[in-house]
Amino acid sequence: MGMLDAIILIILSLTVLATVMTTSLLQAAIGLAVTSALLTVVMFKLNAPLAALFELSVCAGLIPVIFITVISLTKPLSNEEMKTESREKMTRFWPLPIVFILAGIIAAYLKIRISLKLPMHGPSLDVRQVLWSVRQIDLIGQLAVLLAGAFAILVLFKEMRRK
Amino acid sequence: MITIGSLWPFFIFASLIFIAGIYCVVMTYNMVKLLIGLELMIKAVTFLLIVAGYVTNNMANAQALVITLIVIEVVIMTVAVGVVLGIYFYTGSLDSRLIRRLKG
Repeated sequence: MGMLDAIILIILSLTVLATVMTTSLLQAAIGLAVTSALLTVVMFKLNAPLAALFELSVCAGLIPVIFITVISLTKPLSNEEMKTESREKMTRFWPLPIVFILAGIIAAYLKIRISLKLPMHGPSLDVRQVLWSVRQIDLIGQLAVLLAGAFAILVLFKEMRRK
Repeated sequence: MITIGSLWPFFIFASLIFIAGIYCVVMTYNMVKLLIGLELMIKAVTFLLIVAGYVTNNMANAQALVITLIVIEVVIMTVAVGVVLGIYFYTGSLDSRLIRRLKG
């Protein structure tokens, strides 16, 4: 792990903190996109380009757009409501940075010496080979989940329109 | 036996992201924020899978799993957002405290 990795990880954790602690939902959605983009950089550095590509296009691109669509469909808070909301939120969320720092210090002190007992892996395959040949059932499952999701959305919006 | 060696900071930061996600889910009443917390937790798991794949030198399997995870995550988020919108149109608010008295 180099200096650049350390800097990226620190920025990543700061972005996560900002995403959770911000009072604006729009800022939280944008923070989520930035978190995904930073995670993509880490994935590229860890030699996982295909997963990084998916993460960048789907998690940093599509999901924040879905969240921003929901936010745009809802009514914004008035200024007074916003003030009370942010005050209330601060009382709930101020311990998070302390929890973060404490957990980090404790984990770094213990250095989490995990020993994984894993079987020796076979010949190293290409990710496309694994995806299309070894894990075919996963792909069928993905298709089933996608169809179920599309069906659920259809039913949901049909109900909403009827009401 | 495989040890994580110099990669332990990755595990620490992944667990920190997971902690932030749990904190967000437990402490917030806003349903969109709740989904954002859930998303953070999923991101931490993705991160851990990739680091585990790197440590065990089994990146192909890790990437295949992560791709599956991302596809399922998108479907879950889309359906969850649809449910949240339905609740918003019903109650006029994104506050989860208002849906405590639902039937069922």
